[in-house]
Amino acid sequence: MKYTGAQIFVECLKEQGVETIFGFPGGKVLFLYDELVKNSDSIKHILTTHEQGAAHAADGYARTTGKVGVCIATSGPGATNLVTGIATAYMDSVPMVAFTGQVGKKDLGKDSFQEVDITGITIPITKHNYIVKEVDKLADTIREAFAIAREGRPGPVLVDICVNVGREECEYEKVEAKSGDYLKRHAGIHHECVSEEHIAEAAKAINEAKRPFILSGGGVIISGTSEKLTKLARKGMIPVATTLMGLGGFPSKDRLCTGLIGMHGSKTSNLTATHCDLLIAVGARFSDRVTSSVSNFAPGAKVMHIDIDSAEIGKNIPVDYPLCGFMDDILEKLTELIDEKKESDWIDRINAWRAKFPLSYLDDGKTVKPQTVVRKLDKLTNGKAIIVTEVGQNQIWAAQWYKFSEPRTYISSGGLGTMGYGLGAAIGAQIANPHKKVINVAGDGSFRMNCNELATAVRYKVPIVIAILNNSVLGMVRQWQTMFLEKRYAETTIEDSMDYVALAEAYGAIGIRVKDPNDVDAAIERALEVTDRPVVIDFWIDKDEKVFPIVPPGASIEDVITED
Amino acid sequence: MEQRHTLSVLVENHAGVLSRVAGLFSRRGFNIDSLAVGETNDPGISRITIVVKGDDYIIDQVSKQLNKLVDVIKIKVFKTSEFVGRELVLIKVNADAKSRTEIIQLVDIFRANIVDVAPDSMTVEISADQEKINALSILLEPYGILEVVRTGVIAIERGSGDNHIL
Repeated sequence: MKYTGAQIFVECLKEQGVETIFGFPGGKVLFLYDELVKNSDSIKHILTTHEQGAAHAADGYARTTGKVGVCIATSGPGATNLVTGIATAYMDSVPMVAFTGQVGKKDLGKDSFQEVDITGITIPITKHNYIVKEVDKLADTIREAFAIAREGRPGPVLVDICVNVGREECEYEKVEAKSGDYLKRHAGIHHECVSEEHIAEAAKAINEAKRPFILSGGGVIISGTSEKLTKLARKGMIPVATTLMGLGGFPSKDRLCTGLIGMHGSKTSNLTATHCDLLIAVGARFSDRVTSSVSNFAPGAKVMHIDIDSAEIGKNIPVDYPLCGFMDDILEKLTELIDEKKESDWIDRINAWRAKFPLSYLDDGKTVKPQTVVRKLDKLTNGKAIIVTEVGQNQIWAAQWYKFSEPRTYISSGGLGTMGYGLGAAIGAQIANPHKKVINVAGDGSFRMNCNELATAVRYKVPIVIAILNNSVLGMVRQWQTMFLEKRYAETTIEDSMDYVALAEAYGAIGIRVKDPNDVDAAIERALEVTDRPVVIDFWIDKDEKVFPIVPPGASIEDVITED
Repeated sequence: MEQRHTLSVLVENHAGVLSRVAGLFSRRGFNIDSLAVGETNDPGISRITIVVKGDDYIIDQVSKQLNKLVDVIKIKVFKTSEFVGRELVLIKVNADAKSRTEIIQLVDIFRANIVDVAPDSMTVEISADQEKINALSILLEPYGILEVVRTGVIAIERGSGDNHIL
């Protein structure tokens, strides 16, 4: 039967099981929207205030569910407004399909109104992208886009659709969503599978190691293997640190957990890395935020690297045991092959470090402490909330003081470090998880970047809690200026008359201000009870409150500074 | 150790593939010595021959990162002994009535061709590997080279071993 391109677009979304799409309309997606509105029973469109918010919402939706997040924008500025969101998703391997409108095929390349070469722009920040100029290419392109976004190491894919495609007609037949045939020509390359021998060799190395250490990254969460990783660690009595992206991949209350590693990692994790003799990286990419000085990172250790993406193996640090393939499979086989261990001197040593260098801060009870706010959020939600962060101090305090025990509960822009990410992502996360509590831990600097999405949260009655840790400064940068730039505060003070409570109310949200540390509990309790709109809590904290531990630039991670 | 490597890359013959490949090199800081692209015997597939300077780490990363591009079908990094590499070069050189015969003799020795003659210049065409091309250039240098145009190396595997798809 003949369908228009716009109908095919919607049918293909249904093939892929898409239930929610985030976007903002415009001239070149008019026909697609016309069909979306006719199908609003099966696909819910969420209208954001700005396209960036739509991209972040699709990202939050994807990160909390593992499904492909979908967003749509018109050509030109609509498309470019998605760029930060796409780059954010790319750096953190988030499955996403972004649709953009494009001028008609005959107007391409003529600098037409709202024309921009969005496929050219997004080459470096997408796993792949397409421009669709003819209707008969549309269905297969969309199918491929979803397959690519989802498979192997996930990532964003952009599909740019010329406006003529929406109106043109062609034959369409429904196809069940499946692994894309696009892999046909690439078989053996994209999914390199490690041999049994290599796995056996790796297991032997684990058995022989006296001081093994697991570095658990975001790949554990993406691949859904946190239970398998936990089994491996417990059987071999191997301590585990998580990267920022790996938070929730291993229960933070487990006695083998050494906490976060790297620039703001626990001293225990960083010492363990420095003294281990076998470092087992699982779904982690040795980012500079983890390794700091590469030459001083795990200097005495052999390195084992388990990842689906062969390009990550050996990219940032040399690897002795490369295990490229499906994590699920590799972890299971390794667990079978390793010896069961009980106590060890190594674990005793780590426990001693943990006792000597606990994560700490000083609470004199006079001002609201951001760490206390996060701890109260943890307590009052029983550690069961989804915590979405902005970027900066808020992101690290949330990571350090909330006790994550499940995957897909710490949602943060780890790779790109996108300030303004959190509110949009929280909206996406809440829409995907209506029965969970979603809290956006924010800084005032990040919040004001994209606070316009409060309108979206109010319109769709999204009951997220936005906890602004308001210090009237760009806190992380200020901290660097204080510690490493002799207190020259270049453009990091944003003391002005912004009233976040009034702002929240202007949008139709609830605003609560907390200046007194004794009011923290009550404010959070009140916010958690609200079910029909977002709540903004404006916590006034000291502008010189710092994030500790912190590794000074260029230093070895064991030289982490733990207090003022 | 830093050395030249020749990569033969089969790609889908789509618009924009070259820009994906070239962009990857510049973005990741890999240096391209030369790049040549053309259709294969299958019109749906092109071959890009890339000469890269770098150590083992760079070559490993170049091939792994290229492999991640959806449009890249297959990559072969050639070892020196296993391929025939050729480059086509046009060299315009000063040549008056006096020097013309000498140049023609040189060109004959190299089995190169003269493709254009003007009163004060000649254009030499040579298809060879890089060493031979360099040798000819050195010999032509004293006459005054006016312009050099090179295609970049193309390469094919020796013997029946093939780098074709599937």
